[in-house]
Amino acid sequence: MPRDEAGVLSEIKRDYIIRKLKEGKRDDGRGLTDFREISIQTNYVPRAAGSAFVKLGRTKIVAGVKIESGEPFPDTPNQGVLTTNVELLPMAFPTFEAGPPNENSIEIARVVDRGIRESKMIDLEKLVIEPAKKVYIVFVDINVIDYDGNLIDACSLGVLSALKTAIVPGSKEGGKDFPLPIRNLPVSVTMVKIGDEIIVDPSVEEEQLSSARVTVSISEDGHIRAMQKGDSGSFTLDEIRKAIKISSDTGKLIREKYLQ
Amino acid sequence: MGTASDIKLIDENGLRIDGRSPTELRPIKIETDVLDRADGSAYIEWGGNKILVAVYGPREAYPKHTQDIEKAIIKARYNMAAFSVDERKRPGPDRRSVEISKVISEALSNAVMVEQFPRAQIDVFIEVLQADAGTRIAGLTAASVALASAGIPMRDLVVGCTAGKIDGQIVLDLGKEEDNFGQADLPMGILARSGKVVLMQMDGDLSIEEFDKATEMILDAIKRVNDIQREALAGKFVALALERGGE
Repeated sequence: MPRDEAGVLSEIKRDYIIRKLKEGKRDDGRGLTDFREISIQTNYVPRAAGSAFVKLGRTKIVAGVKIESGEPFPDTPNQGVLTTNVELLPMAFPTFEAGPPNENSIEIARVVDRGIRESKMIDLEKLVIEPAKKVYIVFVDINVIDYDGNLIDACSLGVLSALKTAIVPGSKEGGKDFPLPIRNLPVSVTMVKIGDEIIVDPSVEEEQLSSARVTVSISEDGHIRAMQKGDSGSFTLDEIRKAIKISSDTGKLIREKYLQ
Repeated sequence: MGTASDIKLIDENGLRIDGRSPTELRPIKIETDVLDRADGSAYIEWGGNKILVAVYGPREAYPKHTQDIEKAIIKARYNMAAFSVDERKRPGPDRRSVEISKVISEALSNAVMVEQFPRAQIDVFIEVLQADAGTRIAGLTAASVALASAGIPMRDLVVGCTAGKIDGQIVLDLGKEEDNFGQADLPMGILARSGKVVLMQMDGDLSIEEFDKATEMILDAIKRVNDIQREALAGKFVALALERGGE
C-alpha cells in the first residue's frame, strides 16, 4: 500500500497508535480483532446483474456483476467462467493514478478471486448453455472510491453481496432468468502485524505502520480456502496459526451478521 | 486447483505418480554464476523445472520517484518463457506473473540488508525456461542464491517449498499432475535460520489440522533445500578463496 508523501504518518500519531496497541487498544477505540462498522447496500446499481455498495469504516467500494454468454476455457468445457477485476480509482486516494491495473490492484483482485473460486461459492457447472461451446461468463468489477485501508476485505464483502443477489439473464438465451447459483459464503479476514501485535481490519494509518499482512479466507465448513501473505515483513508460524484462528472466529460473526 | 477428481494420484502402496513418498522432494540441483554479465546468477533444476535467475545491483533506483531514502528496493521480475509450458504462453507479464513478482520481491526484501543501500534498487530476473509446478518457490530459492552469489549482504537465505493435498492426503512438493488435479496448494518461503515465513499463498481446501501437517512437512524439507543452496554457494566461495589465496 502507498507509503509516499501523501501517506506519511506524523510521528505523534505513529507513537500514539503504537502506545495504544501496547494497552490492547486501537486509536479509534476498537479491540485488536474488531472490524470497523460495516454497511452493505445491495442492488445499488440496478443496471448490473448484481451489485453492492460497501462501507468498511471510511473505506468505500462499489462492486458490480455483469453476466454475458461466451466461450468456456478449453480445460473446463463444462463450467461457466468467473473473472474478477479491481480498479483503484484516482478519486479514492491522493496517490492512486489512472491507468492499467498495477501490482496492488492485481494482487487484491486475485486474492479476492481465490477466496471465492476455491470455496466453490458459485456453482459454475450450472452456468453452461451448450457444453464446450457456450457458457455464462460472470464479470465481477470492483471500483474503489474511497480508501481508508483493508481493501481486500471490503472488496471481498462487496463481491459476496453482489454475487449473492445476482440474476443470470437466462431469457437472453431462450430460457428464464434465474438467480446465480450460490453454494457457500467464504469470508476473508485480513490482518496486519504492528510490532508483535496482530490486528484485524487495518485502517490506512495502521497499514502504513505495519510490517506484514496476511489474509485468510474461510468457508462455512471452517476450512481454509485461500491465504495470502503480503508486504516485506515476516510472520512466525505461531502468528499464522493465530491469524487463522482469528479469521475463523471473526469470519463466522461477519457471515452471520452481514451475509445471511 | 483442478476439477478432474477421477484421476488417482496416490497408489495402493501410498506412492505418488512419480514414485515418491508423501514427504519426498523431487531432485533439486543448484548452480551459481551461470551468466557472465550479471552481478550474480543461479540456475536451478527442481523436478522438471528449469529456472535461471540473474541479479543486477544494487544500482540507483529508476525511475527516481521509486527511490526509498531509507533502503534499497528489490524488484523481482518473474517471467515464464513462451515455450516453458505445454501450450505456448503469450510472452510478457500477465496478472499471475505480476502477483508472483510482487510476493517474491517482498519475500527477498526481508532477507537482504536493504537498509545498507538507500535509494538503490536490486533487480532480480527470474526466467522460467521450463515449468513443472512449483515455479515460484523454485525461483525464490534460486533468487536467494543468486543474491548471495552477487555478494549482496543478507541476513538469511530464503528457502521455498510447497505442500499440498492430493487424494485427501497431505504431501510435500506437488508435481505437475498433483498441482493440476489436487485439492490444495500451499507455497511458502521461509528464512532458513529463523524459520520465519516471508512468503505464503494458499488455495484449495485445507482444514486447520491439515494446514499444521503441511507446514510441519515444509519446515522439515526447508533444511534439505537449504543444504543444497549452501553447497552451491560454498562451491563458489571455496574456489574463489583458493584462487585468491594461491596455495
